Amino acid sequence: MSKKTHVTTNINGSDVEFLCESRQSLLEVLRDVLNMTGTKEGCNDGNCGACSVIVEGRLIDSCLMLAVETEGKSVTTIEGVASTDGLHPIQQAFLEHAALQCGICTPGFIVAAKALLEREPEVDEGRVRHWLAGNLCRCTGYDKIVRAVLDAGQRMKGG
Amino acid sequence: MAEKGPKARALAGGTDILVQLRGGRFRIDRLVDVKDVPEMNQLSCSDEEGLTLGAAVPCYRVYEDPVIQRMYPGLVDVATLIGGIQIQGRATFGGNLCNASPSGDTIPALIALEASCLIEGPGGGRVLPVEEFCLAPGKNALGDGELLTALRFPPPAPRSGAHYLRFIPRNEMDIAVAGAGASVTLEEDRLHIKSARIALAAVGPTPIYAIEAGGLLTGREANEESFEAAAEAAKAVAKPISDMRGTARQRVHLTGVLTKRALRKAAARAKEA
Repeated sequence: MSKKTHVTTNINGSDVEFLCESRQSLLEVLRDVLNMTGTKEGCNDGNCGACSVIVEGRLIDSCLMLAVETEGKSVTTIEGVASTDGLHPIQQAFLEHAALQCGICTPGFIVAAKALLEREPEVDEGRVRHWLAGNLCRCTGYDKIVRAVLDAGQRMKGG
Repeated sequence: MAEKGPKARALAGGTDILVQLRGGRFRIDRLVDVKDVPEMNQLSCSDEEGLTLGAAVPCYRVYEDPVIQRMYPGLVDVATLIGGIQIQGRATFGGNLCNASPSGDTIPALIALEASCLIEGPGGGRVLPVEEFCLAPGKNALGDGELLTALRFPPPAPRSGAHYLRFIPRNEMDIAVAGAGASVTLEEDRLHIKSARIALAAVGPTPIYAIEAGGLLTGREANEESFEAAAEAAKAVAKPISDMRGTARQRVHLTGVLTKRALRKAAARAKEA
């Protein structure tokens, strides 16, 4: 057991402090230290995107970032997507388009889609498919996900 | 880094090294996060000076930079095809080079664009042409305590262009079965080739600088016949293995196809430049 490091970061708008080992990934700390289990572990090597979070405005795989690297940074996870008023338009669109089956990949897809649509609500299908290439889904065949994201883009533009 | 010698490794984007450490590929005592070192984070690009790309600069900063988009579209090709958006948010050209994988996608583009490695170490700084950096799979030219700090690219010559492409079974997010990068500089007539460089990925223990394949294009017309001759020369230096991604025979064939395509696009860009 190596000595733990004290890290101060901002997660979903709140300042958070935690202790972690320097080898621990952000994903491990989110799930096992902070009990924020919305972010999923799929492959744990940067292939599947299930652990996608946004750090300093950039979409990353939290399995490939050490938790100590988040010192002083801002992190958005799936828990920070919905507001107190209700679901985010992307979440609503995923429900309406039935863009999920088993649901393990869904938080990653929603966070990834948020990172895209907040920059570019005017996206076409090609752009969505390219952007989501780092997120794997073994159930849906992707079509419903892509349609949900396109629809959510329309709603976010209008809203 | 010097203090821990080979037991210390630099952490930039972490997209390779964290996976390798978890897999037990090697054991180290210390990982040094270099992302806050100013020289390693620099990105300066101008017509006079060319490009200096800090070794810790992630891919997205390359493809979102309007000056790089204009001056080095061949680099943008690479930055956009590595991994997915998540990986591009972290992964660096410097890390891809230091990882010294035979299939490293950035490396043929770096060779085609005549990049130099700026290396700092206990014995001072040195500069190494990028084609001399990779020695064997996973082994690079850095000595104990040395660090790749940045890559330097000369300003693109007038009427020059570059391109990199690879073959993978799916559209995104995969490791090259074979890859080819090329740069072409045209004569003032915009028809004949003044010089060309070709480099190959995933067809040998290291990325290969196919010096003869590029060299034979000098003075020839930029046409299919010339590209075909260069592709044959590139196939001659490709020494691939057969593995789960493809057979040696398929990879040699792909080397020819990809070299021709890389040259076509590089020449088209050179004509526009």
